[in-house]
Amino acid sequence: MDTIFLAIVFLPLIGAMLAGLFGTAVFRYAGSAPPQIAVHEDDDDGHGHHHAYDGPRWPMMLTTGILVFVALLSWYAFFDVTAGNVYKVTVAEWVRSGKLVATWALRIDTLSAVMLVVVTTVSALVHIYSLGYMAHDPHQPRFFAYLSLFTFAMLMLVTSDNLLQMFFGWEGVGLASYLLIGFWYTRPSANAAAIKAFVVNRVGDFGFALGIFATFALFGSIEFDTLFAAAPEMAGKTVPFLSWQVDALTLICLLLFMGAMGKSAQFLLHTWLPDAMEGPTPVSALIHAATMVTAGVFLVTRMSPFYELAPLAQQAVVFIGAVTAFFAATVGLVQNDIKRVIAYSTCSQLGYMFAALGVGAYGAGMFHLFTHAYFKALLFLGAGSVIHAMSDEQDIWRMGGLFPYLKKTWAMMLIGTLALTGFPLTAGYFSKDAIIEAAFAAHTPMGTFAFWLLVIAAFFTAFYSWRLMFVVFHGKSRASRETLARVHDSPPVMLVPLYVLAAGALFAGWLFKDAFIGEKAAEFWGKAIYLAADNDVMEAMHHVPGWVKAAPFVMMVGGLALAFLFYIVAPSLPEALARAFRPVYLFLLNKWYFDELYDRIFVRPAFAIGRFLWRKVDQKTIDGLGPDGVSARVLDVSTWASRMQSGYVYHYAFAMLLGVAGLVTYLMVRGG
Amino acid sequence: MSEWPILSAIVFLPLIGALFILAIRGEDEIALRNIRWTALFTTVFTLILALILWSGFDPAAPGFQFEEKYAWFGLMSYHMGVDGLGLPFVLLTAFLMPGVIIASWHVNRRVKEYMIAFLVLETLMLGVFVSLDLVLFYIFFEGGLIPMFLIIGVWGGPRRIYATFKFFLYTLAGSVLMLIAMIAIYVHTGTTDIAEILAKPSTIPASLQYWLWLAFFASFAVKMPMWPVHTWLPDAHVEAPTAGSVVLAAILLKMGGYGFLRFSLPMFPVASEFFAPLVFVLSVIAIVYTSLVALVQEDIKKLIAYSSVAHMGYVTMGIFAMNKQGLDGAMFQMISHGLVSGALFLCVGVIYDRMHTREIAAYGGLVNRMPMYAFIFMLFTMANVGLPGTTGFIGEFLSLTGAYLANTWVALFATTGVILSAAYALWLYRNVVFGPLEKEKLKSITDMTWREAAVLLPLALLTVWFGVQPGIVTEMFNSSVNALLTQVQAGLDAAAAVQQAAVQ
Amino acid sequence: MAVGLEHYLAVAAILFTIGVFGIFLNRKNVIVILMSIELMLLAVNINLVAFSARLGDLMGQVLALLVLTVAAAEAAIGLAILVIYYRNRGTIAVDEINKLKG
Repeated sequence: MDTIFLAIVFLPLIGAMLAGLFGTAVFRYAGSAPPQIAVHEDDDDGHGHHHAYDGPRWPMMLTTGILVFVALLSWYAFFDVTAGNVYKVTVAEWVRSGKLVATWALRIDTLSAVMLVVVTTVSALVHIYSLGYMAHDPHQPRFFAYLSLFTFAMLMLVTSDNLLQMFFGWEGVGLASYLLIGFWYTRPSANAAAIKAFVVNRVGDFGFALGIFATFALFGSIEFDTLFAAAPEMAGKTVPFLSWQVDALTLICLLLFMGAMGKSAQFLLHTWLPDAMEGPTPVSALIHAATMVTAGVFLVTRMSPFYELAPLAQQAVVFIGAVTAFFAATVGLVQNDIKRVIAYSTCSQLGYMFAALGVGAYGAGMFHLFTHAYFKALLFLGAGSVIHAMSDEQDIWRMGGLFPYLKKTWAMMLIGTLALTGFPLTAGYFSKDAIIEAAFAAHTPMGTFAFWLLVIAAFFTAFYSWRLMFVVFHGKSRASRETLARVHDSPPVMLVPLYVLAAGALFAGWLFKDAFIGEKAAEFWGKAIYLAADNDVMEAMHHVPGWVKAAPFVMMVGGLALAFLFYIVAPSLPEALARAFRPVYLFLLNKWYFDELYDRIFVRPAFAIGRFLWRKVDQKTIDGLGPDGVSARVLDVSTWASRMQSGYVYHYAFAMLLGVAGLVTYLMVRGG
Repeated sequence: MSEWPILSAIVFLPLIGALFILAIRGEDEIALRNIRWTALFTTVFTLILALILWSGFDPAAPGFQFEEKYAWFGLMSYHMGVDGLGLPFVLLTAFLMPGVIIASWHVNRRVKEYMIAFLVLETLMLGVFVSLDLVLFYIFFEGGLIPMFLIIGVWGGPRRIYATFKFFLYTLAGSVLMLIAMIAIYVHTGTTDIAEILAKPSTIPASLQYWLWLAFFASFAVKMPMWPVHTWLPDAHVEAPTAGSVVLAAILLKMGGYGFLRFSLPMFPVASEFFAPLVFVLSVIAIVYTSLVALVQEDIKKLIAYSSVAHMGYVTMGIFAMNKQGLDGAMFQMISHGLVSGALFLCVGVIYDRMHTREIAAYGGLVNRMPMYAFIFMLFTMANVGLPGTTGFIGEFLSLTGAYLANTWVALFATTGVILSAAYALWLYRNVVFGPLEKEKLKSITDMTWREAAVLLPLALLTVWFGVQPGIVTEMFNSSVNALLTQVQAGLDAAAAVQQAAVQ
Repeated sequence: MAVGLEHYLAVAAILFTIGVFGIFLNRKNVIVILMSIELMLLAVNINLVAFSARLGDLMGQVLALLVLTVAAAEAAIGLAILVIYYRNRGTIAVDEINKLKG
């Protein structure tokens, strides 16, 4: 089995390196002049028709082949692990400094196995999809290398055996995300979004890093096994942090959660995710919907032995999760970019997952992660198909009435939407409802707060999802005639992955609900998830009142009905509504003004302070008082001294005389 | 232990090479070629010797190895030896110099003097890390200024005179104080032999330690450079030729850190503990302050220079955390920074040689024409940012861990550096490499030549290799760091005992 | 009244002071400076001889003779320089002589 795990994790890296170093132009032009590049206005659109790709095809085939192979291996491993096996493969030592030891190791338990399956499956499908989607891009080997690199980093993350390796994967996926968002590097907006993603993630990583330090300071180790074994003794212990004594585990959990917030685009650190849609659509599906953004969920679940002992941190998780779910859903209501709608939806769904984790229903959170990966990737790839078909149009108000042209894509999007909104028996139905029930069943004030927010968010989710469907596929077409003439369903290479994902979106919930959250949950998760002795949420959630169980369904139907009313029956209604409640509309459209706010209080001050420190402190004060000041004083003194040098002999003689007189006087006075 | 004086051989081989070059007459092509090849061969042989040294080095032994000792004049002796703290720097220097020579291949003004200056500089730098006598150390430490002064002053940019004087005076001012402190040490201990002084826990009385510590600090803080005596560095870097910047950033700056580890900590443990908060404050200011300043730079080299100051802040912070992780982190960070900042300056050199400007605004879209350059530059940018898997991460992480154990406030502020470093480094990368290729002048720029690649690729390889397998480096200084910590603790205990006795 | 040592010293001091003022207050002629120097040397000589007589030590008178010789040589060289200076510069006014300023 060890070899299989090694292959799963490291084959993508090998693929990435081969494709990235030898499939791309990296070494091609060394020592010679590359051919002149004709600069066209539109050759950076990802599939410009001016110079299609004419390089070798092996990099794409190689990486895709590897990923498909790895995905199959992962499923094999999944069934092996869920049968009750736990593996640990030590690859090599990494860091050793005194007590601080971190190894490169693969830790495979149910939790990792679930993630392995999600990551490799979606990644393989996205690879395949990209063969079609990126077919005209002149830089596709680079694209595939990045995708594989991302997969590797993500796999390192989910199989990590210590916090440091997790941090490696954590930052590694950040790098890949940065590279892929900025894949079309000639676009200023893509570059800006890439940097924003990296830097905002770093803000989260700041917390993560401090969390690791705090863990090491407390436990003297960062290996999971040691930590989890020692965690119960540390419950209630306080440590000095900054100038206060704080509860140790709460501190660690909050710091780690800050990392999770960054990576999973939770409220306050969410701003990068919508901008990240600048990347090619397959990237959005893989990284910004199915896998990377769920790393935070994985982290919290992995650290469940800590969180279970830190109730305060759990409350924070619930709070942030619920607020994110609500907040992102409200913003999603009014967005006009097809990918941004889905991006906010992702943000919102991640909030659901965190809310579940916070109330202690780790199984439900992971279950939603698992199903969400399928239907959200499906939605994104479907959106990609639409965008592809519409010659790179992303504004939903320039689409409409596409149903007759894109029947297959429509069907796929429909399945995705049903699953997302929690239509009975689809994947989302099982996982999302479970979360809402768990929030209710927690019977804590925070849980109830979360329950209501999540229910409202469910209504919003249904509304914006159906709004998207109706505006894009139904009603009158608002696209230009030339565009419509070129609209066509995607080639099979893009559709097949959609079919597979659709199957997942339809059946993953029904197939796996028993294992993840049902009767077999305890056996399924084994030791991968730790539940405190008094944590009965997983059980209680099955015994909630009927109205609670019905609430999400009612909300879903309500949202659907309202969207139907707004966008099919009376299309003038939303506009009137937007006019009537203009401040609210603008507030939502501008995403609660978070970007503006952060720009005001972080970005611009940082630059202003930097400029001030450079010009005023460095150049004026330090140099002014330091070297420049000293040299100016030296110059002053020497100017003064040279003025003494008149050139008149009698001046010098006079000075001599004065000196002699002074000396004699001194000797007389002193010597007596 | 080898019989022949390998350390002397390593140190003085470059000087011998310089003498050979001195003997080459003529200004024609053949003479120039001979000069360049002689310089390259000399540095390569030095590297080979250094590798032999490494292979013979016993990492488990904390003490000095390969010692050579001859009486010199007065009480001073010619005493050389290397331990785990010095060896990594010897290797770093020897490893970088061939690259520096290759990177200077195209220099065509006063080639002979140029190569001689670099070879002499190498001798002096190597000497710093192996000398075990205060006077000898001082001679090497200060002597290094002269070739560097000439390199910037003769082959530098337009404001080179200002920069050289700033560099020289700053450094000299600090060093003079150090000289006085060395005399004081001699007066107190009766010997100038470092090994002898370090053989037992420090016995220098606490009151004297404070003054001596401050005097040494003045010198090393300028060398590092620490805030607020860092302003010479950006100017020196901007004006220095590429190879000069590389040596300056990669090796000369490390002498300060090495000095702290060799002198301040073991010889003045009480003072080190007393002044640690001061160093923490200065380090944190350096990290945050210079990162913010880097954010608004318009000159590529200046930006990297400011980022160097920030990265050196991690080093001083780690050293004065005075625990295992902190010291390991500081040592590693120095090696890592040597590789990464050196490489970054080489990267700047590559485009500077083509466009003759360092203005960030003059570039943009290079990736369209220079894919290999874009790749390599990205790698080093990420290493500079401290991405796990590169050397930059290990040093930063360990020194921050050390800082956290020592003081959480320090760790909190210093960790913000990871956010800021990402901001300025990626901003630089975007403006230089990414974006559309719009500037007319850039449209015919060519990718790196194999010669340039030959310099950068080994660095890239090590950057990743040490990032994934840092044990190769940490193993070198592991036992020496442990010994140092024991030494510091023993010194502190001794001082406490003295105080106890005084009270009773 | 007997002429005592103090009288000699007083005369010498007066002469010396006159010489000093001759140097500093003179704005016209370098020759005056030379003469003032001679005057100061003379004052020194008087002191030497006076002390020699008083202490009965011939060394003082010998030294006075030496000073005389040096003074003569100095005057000769000084005047020679002056002549050459005058030939070159066309003036020996003290205010014009500030070449030392560089």
